[in-house]
Amino acid sequence: MQNPFRSEAEAFRFLIRTIAYFAVIAIAALIHTWLGLAVFVVATGVIVWWLFFRGDAERPIQTGPARHGGVGERRILVVANETVGGATLRDRIRERSEGVRAEVLVVAPALNTPIRHWASDEDGARAVAKTRLEESLGLLRAGGVNARGEVGDAEPLQAIEDALRTFGADEIIISTHPEGRSQWLERGVVSAARERFTVPITHVVVDVDADREDIR
Amino acid sequence: MATHAEAADHHHGPPIANQSSRVDSRVLGMLLFIASEVMLFGAFFTAYFFVRVVNGIAWPSEGIELPVFVAGVNTAILVTSSFTVHWALQSIKRDNRAGMQAGLVLTLALGFVFLLTQAREYSRVGFAPSDGAFGTIFYGLTGLHGAHVFVGLMLLTFATIRAFRGHYSAAHHHGVEIPGIYWHFVDVMWIVVYTTIYIL
Repeated sequence: MQNPFRSEAEAFRFLIRTIAYFAVIAIAALIHTWLGLAVFVVATGVIVWWLFFRGDAERPIQTGPARHGGVGERRILVVANETVGGATLRDRIRERSEGVRAEVLVVAPALNTPIRHWASDEDGARAVAKTRLEESLGLLRAGGVNARGEVGDAEPLQAIEDALRTFGADEIIISTHPEGRSQWLERGVVSAARERFTVPITHVVVDVDADREDIR
Repeated sequence: MATHAEAADHHHGPPIANQSSRVDSRVLGMLLFIASEVMLFGAFFTAYFFVRVVNGIAWPSEGIELPVFVAGVNTAILVTSSFTVHWALQSIKRDNRAGMQAGLVLTLALGFVFLLTQAREYSRVGFAPSDGAFGTIFYGLTGLHGAHVFVGLMLLTFATIRAFRGHYSAAHHHGVEIPGIYWHFVDVMWIVVYTTIYIL
């Protein structure tokens, strides 16, 4: 369900719908009290159904970033958190950067517990993500990759959207734990990202145990 | 190339606040304020429900006739003011300053007319808040709403003054957007108040 007061335009649309809703009920009630009650029940039921179930059957609208960077430059957005330092991921980034003028932005979503998220207690999560990110960037730069990084929103799709707005990207690499251990895969983050963004997305699976020597 | 994290190390003073693009903090503030307002109005509507439905008192009380037509015209005035504030915002989004100024002035004028009409209605309606539960609920709900219209007019007055002093642009117009959200909320609440108090 979307907040109807997120912007003035949405609040205005909400007002128009409110007028229509009450007008229909008032007219029916003026004809007969029980008709008014029936219209109220039906209209309210339709609205509740529309609010909570309208999005289920719809495919999300795909969005793509505006082009950033110079001609001939490949901009790669990497989204990873616990796997951000994995050798498999670094190899894939190097592979995609070879032979082209590439700029890499690594975004590490600040994963947080739901309670801390609702309490806006993000400092710890951001500090952990920042530490991992800096280690990973150091290794990437040592390997000759032109990379920078930032800590992103806890929700990976939101973190991607935020990064696309400021960085743009020609491709996105999403790094996760293997199937069965990855919460992102369990929540369908990769498939949701493919539905939501027009940018080509590569999914890299990093087995942290196998890459342990690269991760502190 | 320096990372954002490294850049933050050279920043003096308190850490830079993290902000997601999900919702702007100023809009979020207005949203939370409106949520509290909904609860406030909800308390008054609960009283209305108990008085009218649970206790089943006559609505309106015997011998009283509510000015439905005048209040209907007032409703039209308030709804029109939502259109004008929407016009003001759409204008500044297109860098049309004259449109924004005209929209805000019209909204202010319509809002004042609404309040004056309500004050005139109070003076002629023929009952007082102390005249039983009906009078208390009527004046409580319409008065609470009128107070919100007054607050909205104050916000719009500041926005209008700023608009004539050259503030706002297509990129920066939060000073119009936020009073606009509030004004639409006030309108929504009036639709509910008018329907329940005057029509049903």
